Amino acid sequence: MSGILNSSIGRKFAMALSAFFLMFFLLQHFAINVTSVFSADTFNETSHFMGTNPLIQYVLQPILLFGVIFHFVMGFVLEIKNKKARQISYAKNNGAANSSWMSRNMIWSGLAILAFMGLHFYDFWFPEINTKFIEGDMSGLLADGSGYRYYEELQHKFVDIWRVALYCIAFVFLALHLLHGFNSAFQSVGANNKYTKGLKGFGKAYAILIPLGFVIIALYHHFNHIS
Amino acid sequence: MNLTLKIWRQKNANDKGKLVDYKINDVSPDMSFLEMLDVLNEQLINKGDDPVAFDHDCREGICGMCSLYINGEAHGPDRGITTCQLHMRMFKDGDTIFIEPFRATAFPVIKDLVVDRTAFDRIQHAGGFISVNTSGNTIDANAIPINKHDADTAFEAATCIGCGACVASCKNSSAMLFVGAKVSQFALLPQGKVEATERVLNMVKQMDEEGFGNCTNTGACEVECPKGISLENIARMNREYLSASLKG
Repeated sequence: MSGILNSSIGRKFAMALSAFFLMFFLLQHFAINVTSVFSADTFNETSHFMGTNPLIQYVLQPILLFGVIFHFVMGFVLEIKNKKARQISYAKNNGAANSSWMSRNMIWSGLAILAFMGLHFYDFWFPEINTKFIEGDMSGLLADGSGYRYYEELQHKFVDIWRVALYCIAFVFLALHLLHGFNSAFQSVGANNKYTKGLKGFGKAYAILIPLGFVIIALYHHFNHIS
Repeated sequence: MNLTLKIWRQKNANDKGKLVDYKINDVSPDMSFLEMLDVLNEQLINKGDDPVAFDHDCREGICGMCSLYINGEAHGPDRGITTCQLHMRMFKDGDTIFIEPFRATAFPVIKDLVVDRTAFDRIQHAGGFISVNTSGNTIDANAIPINKHDADTAFEAATCIGCGACVASCKNSSAMLFVGAKVSQFALLPQGKVEATERVLNMVKQMDEEGFGNCTNTGACEVECPKGISLENIARMNREYLSASLKG
């Protein structure tokens, strides 16, 4: 078992495990966000639960942060190692003849997602951490105490059309990343069997529908707020 | 056909190398790609120039000796063939054809289009075999019943000729399709199970030491492989490796 992470297959396996975790998190994040379209109260209550539950805040959140950082760092480490494995490039290379654009450009779609996460953390995560753990306000209430603040904050963020546009562009890159990443993760853990064809179809649906859902939620709040 | 060839010329491993343009006329569409290079070399020799060095042997698509990255693809634009099986009818009159060596740090150029692929031999030496008792007590392989599906899958994996097109095509220069095939052909058979744990651990270790890149599952190797070796072999190797790591 020792040294497994120093091997190419071990790194591939670890990358896939972190991808599974992040894809599950994405699904859960979507499930909560989608409630904001149907019921402000449900979104507020769910957000308050997620934001104050000790198990989620002190156990799952650090694991999530580790998963995110690990996936990005390992992605860059692998990219650097792979560049070293071919120091002289081809004068003519027809990559499109044998592989998808998504599979050849995971580092670029990943970088776009990383940039988006900087914006997303600036918008939501840092203010949340500041309110709860620096200012010490765990109530989740608006300043006037008239109700929970989460739905209000969400709507406020999506007033700016440029922010909404950046979110939509980021979700396109997320979809491109997932179009290769979903099935790649299964191949990496050795799952290539009679179910692979069906799994590929499910992976494509996941890769398109989840980011599309996030786009619809962002647009809904933008237009709902200004109408 | 009249063609322009852009061929990588490099005097030796230390030379920087560059693409050199050659014009070649009256090429028959029925020629193989290597025959076309033979004609070019005759012309170069007649002019007193150094002929283009390229690997070849059986010219039947069996030995895995020929290589070449032709117009951006290993073994050229056709599918399921080696360069020696590529015919000039795949090109059009007036075409410009780029001819480069297989590129990978683990496959250093020796001269022109010839690369050193002995890294594959060293991976094979690390575990791509079964130890057979030759003391006179050897059991006839045909006496051991083997599931038909397993026998067929092992045979398909064993058709890998070790040409290196997988490495050349992979954007990461990964050798996992080659190693996956070599691991699979034994992992599926009872004779191979005895040394299965050490085999996969040693072969993957050697593969990593040779400086091949990491597989990111683009699938380019499977598409360009002249023998149609499937990505299932990489998945099987991953399972074998993880299982062996837990045991080891």
